[in-house]
Amino acid sequence: MPATSDAVVMRGVTFGYDRSRALLKGIDMTIPRGKVVAIMGGSGCGKTTLLRLIGGQLRAQSGQVTVDGQEVSTLDRDGLFVLRRKIGMLFQFGALFTDLTVFENVAFPIREHTDLPEALIHDLVVMKLQAVGLRGAATLLPAELSGGMARRVALARAVALDPMLVLYDEPFAGLDPISLGVVGQLIRELNDALGSTSIVVTHDVYESLKIVDYLYFVSEGRIIAQGTPDEVRNSPDPFVRQFVDGASDGPVPFHYPAAPYADEFVARVA
Amino acid sequence: MPMSSSPVLPDALGRGFRRIGAGTINAFARIGFATRFFVAVLLQTPAAFLRLRLTLREIYFAGVLSLVVIMVSGLFVGMVLGLQGFDTLNRYGAGDSLGIFVGLSLVRELGPVVAGLLFASRAGSAITAEIGLMKTTEQLSAMEMMAVDPLARIVAPRFWGGVISMPLLAALFSVMGVFGAYLVGVRLIGVDNGTFWGNMQAGIDFWPDVTNGIIKSIVFGVAVSLIAVFEGYDAKPTAEGVSSATTRTVVGGSLAILALDFVLTVFMFRGIGE
Amino acid sequence: MNRSTIDLWVGIFVTIGFGAIVFLALKVGNLTTLNAAPSYQLEARFDNIGGLKPRAPVKAAGVVVGRVSNVRLDPKTYEAIVSLNIDNGYEFSKDTIASILTSGLLGEVYIGLESGGDMQMLASGGRIGKTQSAVVLEKLISQFMFDKASAGPPGGGK
Repeated sequence: MPATSDAVVMRGVTFGYDRSRALLKGIDMTIPRGKVVAIMGGSGCGKTTLLRLIGGQLRAQSGQVTVDGQEVSTLDRDGLFVLRRKIGMLFQFGALFTDLTVFENVAFPIREHTDLPEALIHDLVVMKLQAVGLRGAATLLPAELSGGMARRVALARAVALDPMLVLYDEPFAGLDPISLGVVGQLIRELNDALGSTSIVVTHDVYESLKIVDYLYFVSEGRIIAQGTPDEVRNSPDPFVRQFVDGASDGPVPFHYPAAPYADEFVARVA
Repeated sequence: MPMSSSPVLPDALGRGFRRIGAGTINAFARIGFATRFFVAVLLQTPAAFLRLRLTLREIYFAGVLSLVVIMVSGLFVGMVLGLQGFDTLNRYGAGDSLGIFVGLSLVRELGPVVAGLLFASRAGSAITAEIGLMKTTEQLSAMEMMAVDPLARIVAPRFWGGVISMPLLAALFSVMGVFGAYLVGVRLIGVDNGTFWGNMQAGIDFWPDVTNGIIKSIVFGVAVSLIAVFEGYDAKPTAEGVSSATTRTVVGGSLAILALDFVLTVFMFRGIGE
Repeated sequence: MNRSTIDLWVGIFVTIGFGAIVFLALKVGNLTTLNAAPSYQLEARFDNIGGLKPRAPVKAAGVVVGRVSNVRLDPKTYEAIVSLNIDNGYEFSKDTIASILTSGLLGEVYIGLESGGDMQMLASGGRIGKTQSAVVLEKLISQFMFDKASAGPPGGGK
């Protein structure tokens, strides 16, 4: 299989949780290796679904999803197993295993997929925790961590096996300004240090523009805009403008569809 | 006059029938999904025992933490059996048979069934809540994405923890019950100690009485554990979803125990009354 | 909750659980008396076995010496053929009497053996010649009424 220069390629991907209503309608996306790419859009537009399609948790109803040169829908159980070893994923709010310590959480993928001796595992885990700044918290339980700390531990766990592709599902959601900066910085630095590719699903425009190489905007199941951070900042597209400026009304309307306002106050004729 | 639609049939009735139809199809789909799930969990049995540590931990949470409620309940049930049993038996001059009455009731029926019901509500609901919560906080998805099968690592150990704990708990329940009846019958009421134990021993056979009780408790353990892990795995990932899943575990598990009890009793004790 | 504590408690739990099963088997049930003691078979025929069932005890002088293994009807003579498993170590003479008795008024039905004076003992497969069938209550009552009727009015002469 020829090594492609792109980590992930999506062509004409269509998917809907409900067979009758498609959430994603014909998505075309190319993620080159070594880049950090953001996928942005309003809530419920299907961003997380895209990540699940890449990871093979969901199967597209039509179109192709190619990861590292392999078509995901053709993979069997063992194939998916091999694929997932190459992917690290950071879930929204961390999804740490609540009954394991911070150390055990980061060690989990290493223990499950390698036969390394305990001493080596210890060193690897400590290195990952050091990279995210939480080496001293190794013995704590997830319940004892703040939101930002939990997110960072989950990040360390996601990169424990030095994956070729790292997926981030809303990594900035609910964090304080300091943690926001830390997480954003870690995403960029880890990507460059490990030589991997990162896909960040988010709606935090400010943090994304600081760290990513390219952005995709998803609305109503289609990609309606894309570009580099500079292109996006100066884009004339009304949707992108509303998103970047945070305007309350624009292509995405403020009002939920309803009958004319005046009609609410008209007395009903008996 | 030909009628293309029937205005006589109210729309509500039509809706009702459609709902029943959809509900039935849903029920069958759910049963089908549940069966595939059960088979998948059973296939992970070798994994559960290779990682013995995980299963041991689940035996602790399902079995050890149920000890207090099981043993105290057994004691009280036995004491009540002793009181009520003696009162009734004494009317026919059969007060000396208290031992065998209590022993048979507990070993054959009350031990497995009551311990099973208590297990379903205490341990079953806990297992469902735990798995449901892990689903809600995406821990199961995270595990899947790390190429670790949650069925092998989370579900199967909990299933086997339940299956192993149940017969032991049922036996402990019966023992505490006999002890409770002894306290009431021999110490309080004054039934002769030797008669109490002697008649009991003469009347209860290891095979079929004790072994059938053990078989029953194993069957109940399998049923309750399967229902508990399934409801947790299938729960809607919201707070409300987990709550209704735990309710279904307790209700479904209890009904399954009672229904299975009837079926098993018919098969096992066919000779009664011959 | 560290691992060793969990292991300890699981160990305790499994031990007392099995202990409970053993207790039920021995103290509550009668496992010890059911060990596969070597036994031999005897046969006895009765006109009426009453409520005798398989696995009913066989007693001599009130001591359990065996169990009834099988009960069936001889289609030609219409007698009940009862097979008995007697523990090795107990021997009975050829003129032993086998009776069907009830322990107490409402108790269980069992077979009582009374050994006779014959020097020769029954061997395995042997048949007990002298038997006494079960007492059927209805026949007893009708017998009593019949005797009473034939005896005439009380105090009166024949």
